[in-house]
Amino acid sequence: MHNFDFVKPASVAEAVKALSADGAQALSGGQTLMPTMKQRLAAPTMLVSLTGIAEMKGVKVDGRTLTIGAATTHATVAKEAAAYPALANLAGGIGDPAVRNRGTIGGSLANNDPSACYPSAVLASGATVVTSKREIAADDYFQGMFSTALEEGEFITAVRFPIPDRAAYAKFDQPASRFALAGAFVARFAGGVRVAITGASEGGVFRWAEAEAALSSNYSADAIKGLSLDPSGMIGDLHGTQAYRANLARVMVQRAVAAS
Amino acid sequence: MPKDHGIGASTKRREDVRFLTGKGVYTDDMRVYGQTYAVFVRSQVAHGRIKSINTGNAAAMPGVLAVFTGEDFKDVGGNPAGWLIKSRNGEAMREPKRPVLAHSKVRHVGDAYAAVIAETYAQAKDAAQQLADDTEIEELPAIVDMAAALGNTSNRVHDEIPDNQCYDWGWIEDNRAAVDAAIKAAPHVTTLELVNNRLVPNAMEPRASIGEYFPGTGDYKLTTTSQNPHLTRLLVAAFVLGIPENKLTVVAPDVGGGFGSKIYHYGEEALVLAAAKKLCRPVRWTAERSESFLSDAHGRDHVTKIELASDLEGNFIAFRTETMANVGAYLSNFATVTPTFLHGTLMAGPYKVPHVYVNVKTVFTNTAPVDAYRGAGRPEATYSLERVVDKMCRELNLDPFEVRRKNFITTDMFPYTTPVALAYDTGNYHATLDKVMEMADVAGFEKRRAESAKRGKLRGMGLSTWIEACGIAPSHLVGILGARVGLYDAATVRVNATGNISVMVGAHSHGQGHETVFPQIVASKLGVPESSVEIVHGDTSKIPFGMGSYGSRSLAVCGVAMDKALDKIVAKGKKIAAHMLEASEDDITFEDGRFSVAGTDKAKTFGEIAFSAYVPHNYPLETLEPGLEETAFYDPANFTYPAGAYICEAEVDAETGKVDILAFYCADDFGNIMNPMIVEGQVHGGVGQGIGQALVENTYYDSNGQLLTGSYMDYAMPRATDVPFYTVDYSCQTPCTHNPLGVKGCGEAGAIGSPPAVVNAVIDALQRGGHTHVTHIDMPVSPSRVWSAING
Repeated sequence: MHNFDFVKPASVAEAVKALSADGAQALSGGQTLMPTMKQRLAAPTMLVSLTGIAEMKGVKVDGRTLTIGAATTHATVAKEAAAYPALANLAGGIGDPAVRNRGTIGGSLANNDPSACYPSAVLASGATVVTSKREIAADDYFQGMFSTALEEGEFITAVRFPIPDRAAYAKFDQPASRFALAGAFVARFAGGVRVAITGASEGGVFRWAEAEAALSSNYSADAIKGLSLDPSGMIGDLHGTQAYRANLARVMVQRAVAAS
Repeated sequence: MPKDHGIGASTKRREDVRFLTGKGVYTDDMRVYGQTYAVFVRSQVAHGRIKSINTGNAAAMPGVLAVFTGEDFKDVGGNPAGWLIKSRNGEAMREPKRPVLAHSKVRHVGDAYAAVIAETYAQAKDAAQQLADDTEIEELPAIVDMAAALGNTSNRVHDEIPDNQCYDWGWIEDNRAAVDAAIKAAPHVTTLELVNNRLVPNAMEPRASIGEYFPGTGDYKLTTTSQNPHLTRLLVAAFVLGIPENKLTVVAPDVGGGFGSKIYHYGEEALVLAAAKKLCRPVRWTAERSESFLSDAHGRDHVTKIELASDLEGNFIAFRTETMANVGAYLSNFATVTPTFLHGTLMAGPYKVPHVYVNVKTVFTNTAPVDAYRGAGRPEATYSLERVVDKMCRELNLDPFEVRRKNFITTDMFPYTTPVALAYDTGNYHATLDKVMEMADVAGFEKRRAESAKRGKLRGMGLSTWIEACGIAPSHLVGILGARVGLYDAATVRVNATGNISVMVGAHSHGQGHETVFPQIVASKLGVPESSVEIVHGDTSKIPFGMGSYGSRSLAVCGVAMDKALDKIVAKGKKIAAHMLEASEDDITFEDGRFSVAGTDKAKTFGEIAFSAYVPHNYPLETLEPGLEETAFYDPANFTYPAGAYICEAEVDAETGKVDILAFYCADDFGNIMNPMIVEGQVHGGVGQGIGQALVENTYYDSNGQLLTGSYMDYAMPRATDVPFYTVDYSCQTPCTHNPLGVKGCGEAGAIGSPPAVVNAVIDALQRGGHTHVTHIDMPVSPSRVWSAING
């Protein structure tokens, strides 16, 4: 690891200012950034910690809306998001206890790892990503593997989830990293069902339109039995072929539906 | 009543108190005054010619004290292979020199070609990066695939070896024609091609070394993560750096696991010593985890075709094996013996098969060196045998339990010499098979399978009946086979004046529990409390010349040496007691810590005799030296042959391909048991590693020789959720006939016997589930592979 400066602002405004400096990099739970820096693959000259900003922390419920501060850890979400059990359950299954007590929802979404759990919940819920500049709809936020709508210096301050009538997350672990080899988040609202798949696609998290249509008319695991995803866009690596991932995504959707 | 003391008691591991409370002292914990830091510069490419290294910039960086390259060591002796293997045609194996630092060529990703020494770790790291930037390497095509490597005369890992082959070994070559004929004539031949997957040892503690030089005396000291400090001293002093052995002390303090990977001498150890001398300051190095992945000696990596000839009732006629074994880029110390004499000699298994022949071609590739890893050759043999036997049973629709039973060597046949030259002294393979079948409730399997089916899961049962040869090894025999060292061990028992005892042993404990078990034996033998005995190990300046711990040999070789030293202590004690009790030596008996005159109540305690030995006021000084300290060296007469039977019960989720191991049963014959709890722990650990190999672990190099599984993000280790609660039994005991303790060794058994049981269970589940086209899946039997096999 190379030397760097470290600041820990107490407000969003201070953080915005700090991040305008050359070579500044936002740091949340550090679960990706720290290993990257230790391997000398990243060398920011200044880290701006977002974990000291009170307004970016905590879980709030307002009617059928759940708002989570971006610097809230997975462990806190698992404990406090009882109003949205599928989301709390997802948070409680990320990584291991050490990761869950450091890693944050904002950090995970800003990184947008194609195998991370949270992006599927945000996309399937049709959540709103609130940033230091604006509000971004989930459908506009995810722009492919490790790529998001965030601009230079912009950071997530909160995520606002509409709470669905029924929802569940099912994931199949990659044997080594325990990231999702494929994960499916299914959310049923009065207006229809949304299905998001993580871990499987080279394009990162995505919505599965055919599954959504099928489940909107018949909300049962059997409804998608005959559906299949095109393997050609799936990730193929030593942990699973493209065809395997396409299959796994469908199975995870079925299991999520059954569990919801 | 379970014993609470001495041999046979489950005494709790005394060393665990310090390990579990963070008070162990490992190499990296040590701080030495004036210490400096070494960082190695490692190749990013699998194969390349070093065109130039410009050390000037790195050497001028802040804090940098020295820069070394392969050029500095090109005239230094090479790190040798421990065994000379001869090819079928009588030629000696090709043995390229293994340098301290790569010179002129780099041969695998992670091959160290330079090192930087600096005042701080960060400075050394910065300078190492600079040096890498200032190095020009012409990349050559990588040689990764073994079959391609053998046929390639133009692209060579070592320029002087035209076909990348180390040797082409036949065992036993005289068997070959008969085996070929038997297979040709047999009513049935089962053929199986399989891969024994390459594994990274992943000891919890990475390798680490500290080199020191004392200019006042010219002495050196190497503190290092070694399983065998004397062997390391021999290699680094006599073979590599040319230091007289008596000027080098090697200390292996607490060591956090080895599994074989810390047997060998590595170039980093030589480098820190040479650098310490040059700088007259201590030089330290600790591997980063990614360095461990790239540069620790890996394990296994065989590609095998095995044929089993039988009659239609399943009586075995012949086994014929053709194996390609990967040794990687350089010959690590045991690399040449592992695929040969630790593998080929086991290819009869526990079976009375009349014909066996094994051919092993060992291949150089642009990958990390491969060497012995827990089980070392014997897991490869067992996996091939137990998989092909299982396949034969399916092809002939025979019961796998009955087939084993009818082919086992029977108890009346011992001692039994196999067609591949091992002489099994004793065993009872039927007993362990019966035991494991009872433990696993084989009769109730169908009911359990039906219950799984109701939940949509495919349930299967897999059997493995294994044997191994350990307690390595009789020096005379291994010498004939090409070993360049002896494989005895040694122990010194020092009874102190107040009756407590220090035992200096050649074995090295890096997690096994020697500090607990060895005192149990002393306690039983001398009638003293276990707590009055301390084991000293891991320091060449304190212990007798022993060969360390590997090959399940600590107890079966070093423990026996200690036992013999204890006999000498008792014999001398009798002489002292005879004098003190004014009796004839022949009339003295020793029992429960008391020397008595037979038929009288005259007696002296062990403590009184010890005191008298050191305060010899009433002592036969004219005929007996004072003191009570004895050393014994022990060279075993034969290998020991632990054996057993394992059953794995597993469930397959056909939708995802995921395998869940529901139960694992082990009935092992380890001969006499010194500490049942520790034996059980060894079996648990070994089976856990075997399940890791069978289900999740894999070392994957791409066609450019890049290691794609170079971190725990991609290299899967078995976790608690991957393994079941084990059911272990060791009541079937046929004590070893050629050592006085009757012990056989238990350290590797679990890793040897378990992988085929797991894979057999998975295939069984798929077959019973109607996926009858699936007759084999290579390890690791990952979800993707299982699903692809079902749907392929």
